[in-house]
Amino acid sequence: MTDTLTRPDARDAMPLSGPRLPQSAPWIVAAVAVVVGVGLGLLLGRGVVVMAILAGLTFVVGITVWAASLEGRRGAVDRLVTSLVWTAFAIALVPLLSLVWTVVSRGFPALSVDFFTFSMRGVIGDAQGGIYHALIGTLLVTLGAAVISIPIGVMTAIYLVEYGVKSRLARAITFLVDVMTGIPSIVAGLFAYALFVLFFGEGIRLGLGGSVALSLLMIPVVVRATEEMLKLVPGELREAAYALGVPKWRTITKVVLPTAMSGIVTGVMLAIARVIGETAPLLIIAGRTDSVNFNLFEDRMTTLPVFIYYSYTQPGVPPGPGVERAWGAALVLIAIVMGLNLLARVIGRAFAPKTGR
Amino acid sequence: MSTTVEESRRSGRRVGDSVFSGLALGAALVILVALAGVAIFLVLEGLPGLTAPEENLGGASSFWGFVWPLVFGTLLAALIALVIATPLSVGMALVISHYAPRRVAKPIGYVVDLLAAVPSVVYGVWGIVVLGPQLVPSYGWLAENASFIPFFAGPASTTGRTIFTAGLVLAIMILPIVTAICREIFAQTPTLHQEAALALGATRWEMIRMAVFPYAKSGMVSAVMLGLGRALGETMAVALVLSASGVITFNMISSTNPSTIAANIALQFPEASGLTVNVLIASGLVLFVITFGVNFAARAIAGRSERRLAR
Repeated sequence: MTDTLTRPDARDAMPLSGPRLPQSAPWIVAAVAVVVGVGLGLLLGRGVVVMAILAGLTFVVGITVWAASLEGRRGAVDRLVTSLVWTAFAIALVPLLSLVWTVVSRGFPALSVDFFTFSMRGVIGDAQGGIYHALIGTLLVTLGAAVISIPIGVMTAIYLVEYGVKSRLARAITFLVDVMTGIPSIVAGLFAYALFVLFFGEGIRLGLGGSVALSLLMIPVVVRATEEMLKLVPGELREAAYALGVPKWRTITKVVLPTAMSGIVTGVMLAIARVIGETAPLLIIAGRTDSVNFNLFEDRMTTLPVFIYYSYTQPGVPPGPGVERAWGAALVLIAIVMGLNLLARVIGRAFAPKTGR
Repeated sequence: MSTTVEESRRSGRRVGDSVFSGLALGAALVILVALAGVAIFLVLEGLPGLTAPEENLGGASSFWGFVWPLVFGTLLAALIALVIATPLSVGMALVISHYAPRRVAKPIGYVVDLLAAVPSVVYGVWGIVVLGPQLVPSYGWLAENASFIPFFAGPASTTGRTIFTAGLVLAIMILPIVTAICREIFAQTPTLHQEAALALGATRWEMIRMAVFPYAKSGMVSAVMLGLGRALGETMAVALVLSASGVITFNMISSTNPSTIAANIALQFPEASGLTVNVLIASGLVLFVITFGVNFAARAIAGRSERRLAR
């Protein structure tokens, strides 16, 4: 009798879920933190940065203490980490947004039709100059690098994943690709220089050298990305193809590659995006010129990053127009890279296998 | 009849297979040759630089005296960058993969991807124009109030073009890359592991600590390694931001800073000729050896944690 009576009491005393902060807790604490931060900041007479730091600290401490008092140690740790993670995110975003804003606001005034169609040949002082030569240089050098590195990179990844599994050579190649990932871009430039010096003598500058240097940087990225994607293709797919009597190379080209295609395209896109903005190797091997050069195999070739570097460091007299051109070129370069990204994403989505979802 | 068809089909299969596997093997060997080429050509062109006379070494008495301050600067800048960037990018990756609602996470991830592609020279110009001047008051404050710490001995730079600024720019540069890779790996953690952890009553942090991190450890190490490699070899941002004078000092906020190998090459090479070119190539070789060593160590760490996971 007493038993049946006490049972509901016991259930009330020991609820199934522990006490939790209300859903809106982070927002409440955030509001309090902002008030505290701004208040203290005004009191101390400090700027926005100090206010933000104070508000962030208040938020992290506040929500942790509140959670500790209500949810216990584990809940408090969870809240602490959550707020730290979000704080890290906010801190990281500030410089990145500032960078984009700076480039857009300073680069936009430089843009005009002439900016894209004029080269810098014979441009002195205030005269209208442009980035046509640098655009051509960037396109050709990057194209050359892509033509060299995409086939080599993708085929190497295929070898590593499909053919050389666990062989000693495959292990050596994987290791070397890792080493290549770490080759500093300037060393790649020096390599291209050292290579072409053997054939053309000292002081050689040519666009193809830039392509070679860039492909040295691009190949490992392509290999790693492709390798990862090929590994993600389920073994069942390959086995199903083999069971139907499909030869191995047809299996790879018709089953494995299409399945991994979206990832591979993304990897190649990231690789191109990485090298298209490279300055250092091109500074060394492709050199700098003010004129348009369509020939990858002869003479100096300016690319956009090199153009930006020289326009900013040696803007000429007066420096105003040169610096403005540097920002304009930076904006164009970023726009090109982002356009490539968008394009690759669309392509990647179009290539993606139908998952039936 | 049927046997001949079978045979021809089989032989066709063999030809296609051997051609394709040969191509794959060939591509792999090209990488081998290319890397051997890098080593050989750099050594060939760099060797004369090791014994170069004083006039090609910018005042240093021997090659090692010339290159040591540069090595120091390279390591210091990369270290600053790594210390700042690693926690931030792991946090950022976690926000994108686990904390933010999916509707928000997708565009954020996209923005980070785009930022990974912003060219280093742009970061460099931004570092001079925006970041450096912003940091000048902080440097002044540090020199006044924290000068007992050797890092902040002062006198503070008035342009903000210090090794700390350079390290900060490097950190901001490698942030999107490390974030992108970490996010990718976090997102690949098996959903079942995560749901199992949550079903056992783990909080979100416990789930991440026990299900996501062990799975992602080797990937995180290689992400950081990629970031470190890029920070070590990063040229233009440092060449632009840093006002270098070839000294060895831990003082991170003054206007006399150690230069880095890569930045030094970029600044000297366009005007260099004769033996100076060989000296610069030799210093590039030193940089190559350093990044090689770093990668080797990082790979060993990643491999070990992978083995531990497999057990």
